[in-house]
Amino acid sequence: MATTGKVAGIIANLVMVEVDGPVSQNEICYIDVGGTKLMSETIKIVGNTAYVQVFESTRRMRAGNPVEFAGHMLEVTLGPGILSRNYDGLQNDLDKMEQVFLQRGEYTYPLDENKKWDFVPIAKAGERVSAGSWLGEVKENWIGHKIMVPFAFEGEYSIKSVAAAGSYGIHDTIAVLTDAKGQERTVTMVQKWPVKLAVRAYKEKKRPFKIMETGTRTIDTLNPIAEGGTGFIPGPFGCGKTVLQHSLAKFAEADMIIVAACGERANEVVEIFTEFPELDDPRTGRKLMERTTIICNTSNMPVAAREASVYTAMTIAEYYRAMGLRILLLADSTSRWAQALREMSNRLEELPGPDAFPMDLSAIVANFYARAGYVILNNDQPASITFIGTVSPAGGNLKEPVTESTKKAARCFYALAQPRADSKRYPAIDPIDSYSKYLEYDEVQKYLNEKIHPEWVPNVYLSKDILLRGREAFEQINILGDDGVPIEYHERYWKSEIIDFVILQQDGFDKIDQSTPIERQRFMLDRVLGICKSSFKFDSFEEVNPYFKRIINTFKQMNYSEFNSDKFKALDADLGKILAEREVVHAN
Amino acid sequence: MQTKAGQKIYSKITQITKATCSLQASGVGYEEMAMVHGRLAQVVKIVGDRVTLQVFSGTEGIPTNAEVVFLGHPPMVKVGEELAGRFFDAYGKPIDGKPEINGEEREIGGPSVNPVRRKQPSELIATGIAGIDLNNTLVTGQKIPFFADPDQPYNQVMAMVAMRAKADRIILGGMGLSNDDYLFFKSVFENAGALDRIIAFVNTTENPPVERLLVPQTALTAAEYFAVDRNEKVLVLLTDMTLYCDALSIVSNRMDQIPSKDSMPGALYSDLASIYEKAVQFPSGGSITIIAVTTLSGGDITHAIPDNTGYITEGQLFLRRDTDIGKVIVDPFRSLSRLKQLVIGKKTRVDHPQVMNAAVRLYADAANARTKMENGFDLSDYDERTLRFAKEYSNSLLAIDVNVDVDTMLDTGWKLFSRHFTQAEVGIKQELMQKFWPAESREG
Repeated sequence: MATTGKVAGIIANLVMVEVDGPVSQNEICYIDVGGTKLMSETIKIVGNTAYVQVFESTRRMRAGNPVEFAGHMLEVTLGPGILSRNYDGLQNDLDKMEQVFLQRGEYTYPLDENKKWDFVPIAKAGERVSAGSWLGEVKENWIGHKIMVPFAFEGEYSIKSVAAAGSYGIHDTIAVLTDAKGQERTVTMVQKWPVKLAVRAYKEKKRPFKIMETGTRTIDTLNPIAEGGTGFIPGPFGCGKTVLQHSLAKFAEADMIIVAACGERANEVVEIFTEFPELDDPRTGRKLMERTTIICNTSNMPVAAREASVYTAMTIAEYYRAMGLRILLLADSTSRWAQALREMSNRLEELPGPDAFPMDLSAIVANFYARAGYVILNNDQPASITFIGTVSPAGGNLKEPVTESTKKAARCFYALAQPRADSKRYPAIDPIDSYSKYLEYDEVQKYLNEKIHPEWVPNVYLSKDILLRGREAFEQINILGDDGVPIEYHERYWKSEIIDFVILQQDGFDKIDQSTPIERQRFMLDRVLGICKSSFKFDSFEEVNPYFKRIINTFKQMNYSEFNSDKFKALDADLGKILAEREVVHAN
Repeated sequence: MQTKAGQKIYSKITQITKATCSLQASGVGYEEMAMVHGRLAQVVKIVGDRVTLQVFSGTEGIPTNAEVVFLGHPPMVKVGEELAGRFFDAYGKPIDGKPEINGEEREIGGPSVNPVRRKQPSELIATGIAGIDLNNTLVTGQKIPFFADPDQPYNQVMAMVAMRAKADRIILGGMGLSNDDYLFFKSVFENAGALDRIIAFVNTTENPPVERLLVPQTALTAAEYFAVDRNEKVLVLLTDMTLYCDALSIVSNRMDQIPSKDSMPGALYSDLASIYEKAVQFPSGGSITIIAVTTLSGGDITHAIPDNTGYITEGQLFLRRDTDIGKVIVDPFRSLSRLKQLVIGKKTRVDHPQVMNAAVRLYADAANARTKMENGFDLSDYDERTLRFAKEYSNSLLAIDVNVDVDTMLDTGWKLFSRHFTQAEVGIKQELMQKFWPAESREG
């Protein structure tokens, strides 16, 4: 019999429940407030008192209100029909809620129970299968959605029967399995999985070795993120975090994008709702919304569900990864999730860590990032989850606990710099402070040099050096004055400015410039470095600035033109002429 | 307040602190209102049969045998047509000497709008102030604060914006408003003959600080009535949110909560978001736009209050005194309206985005020229021209006393460009140059 209880105490959304039976940590329960059942999660147990966090407002709750325990942890429902949906943090389908205002205690089923799917079997009777094995496939938008042996099935099974090709609803039986003891279990298209546990239905997790193209030059060229890798974007408000995330969601090379809008502005989510169904996916020619799922717990939605939202998003990502897909998971912002943890830790009267965040914040963040990765499934297919989170550091200070904890866990660091944003150098990713650990991986270097150009990685490091030297030269010029330094310093500074203006800066609102394929990035870097390696003849420092501004202006026009179009080639020829004016030709 | 039948009355308080009192009581709902010794209070904690109440006006003079009456409902406000033209305190009681209003009682701090039932904001709010309309255009359904030091005329600018915005309804939420500022708002509203559009919920410095915690949600519940039930365009003015946050920190301190950054409660972000996110555009045409004031200390935006606010709101407006022209201007560098992209060049003239950017860029060049001058370097001809441009730009567009329509602002921009610069220096798209560049010759 299910455990029940009664409310014994209420402090904001922390509720103490006197229970009459066994309760497990993280077990879900429902508190009945005047006929409305409010979903809650057990977060601490002392004797007969279960401390639960309520995923809703606790207004009007009373001591003595009855509580029913559900016997399971917080789960998501997995099956065909998740793509293109808009869910809240607990995977309720927001479109199914009729009212303008969210009604407390209204929970909607995440999938379409009436829709029929065209099922095609993959496995045959008699085959040996285990959790995550593919039994069949249905077409969901454009992806082959695999119907799998549920992740919760432990051990090996043999297939007794698989449904014939045909049209089925999600609750129809599509396979019958027999376990080692001869017991039969049926499989439908739907399964459930607790969000706080990682799905481990794969053979091995490999070191990432290839990069995921994002179309954003400052990422792909300078600090690439690996497919199956992790990265994070910290930045003060007004630095373009959201524009950058939206750009990643639009152009990144992934089969599916999951956007977890965690504690951020509702209007930003509305922007995705409004624009993504209209925008074309350059890879498939379909609408962007068809490869996107949104998990949305905006800042005014209940705080406890905010924490759940990132886990819900990750579990859905793991489900689709098990189908052999490449998933990009974006979470904006993980700081809001950490703040939700802080609010609860505070109400539980735990001893606080730095800035009143819980002591185990680092561990929680690290565990979460570890769920991303490049895996080889049991059937030897590769699949991946690439995870990029944003962090909103208090006061823009990168020494705060959430940034520091995340820095330990994520392999790419894209620091948004206020001075760059102030001077409208977007994306405002600081080229010197940011890094990608993947660039150091031998296998990634090998991949890049083979895929792009044999000299690619050395050239990337060269660009970083030029940027650093340019910044040093700029500081010297500022201290000593324009005429207080050798002309060469000006040249050095302006060469770094070419990289900045042509490679790093990108116009997110221009149709062509907003996304750059890697082949074009190779071409541009090659051109830019060609100039950086050349020497030029100047008689005074006053000549340096106008000359390089002309070069930069021509390059910018190229960035705005179709690659290899007549206009592009004409600009490239113009560039050659400008260079010939002052280039010093060395006699070899 | 009269007690009604069925309300439970207690008379034994077991604990009293500066802001709270506790007693044994049963059948009490969380966040329920109560009267303690004739003062309004709210349930903030229930442990077994021990109930803790936060007394809004403080616990001074409350005896242990005080009468405690539970009212059986969360904080409510009466909404209806009769709100129009009236001034209320934080509890929704009239302070203008007129009788109580009739209307439907609604809970304050209700649930949030389902994100999929929102519409993307797309309607421009014209204020006549070029520093706003030209550079930081406001849109209905937006939430944006003025970040201002206490010495700046933020309340005056906000009142001006409110009077010029074509809102159906203007709701003022005053928190810790000085009596002088309260009277200022009152006279502005009366003089403008706009009283029928105005509703004010005011907590002045003379009222207990904790009471002001009710003001924003009370004002926004009234706003929701007009925006949802009557499809009106509602403008909500909240001043000063810094004083609201101060009250939050007082309460959290008295409840023994562990403070986070700058002694603010850990839930500050969620608390502010629950207010600002009430800004919304509905598909039916109704909208709530929030313009707030967050006072800064010495322009420091890294303090927890402006910092958390900046992460929630859709931009911010900075006021600054320009000593060159002796007027207050809307700072074009630090101000930002995140939603302006949705309207500029679409709802306004096609040259709007480019004129705006070019002018700000040239103004930035002027700032560099000024630094150069201050450091004793020689100025080039271009530098001299940017400085002259900056002064005129500041005076004829950025100053808050400007009141013209957007087309006039754009024409003024082109006039200033052509007076001081060549077309190449302005760097606007060629098609636009041909269409809008004035015929008259440039200076000198």
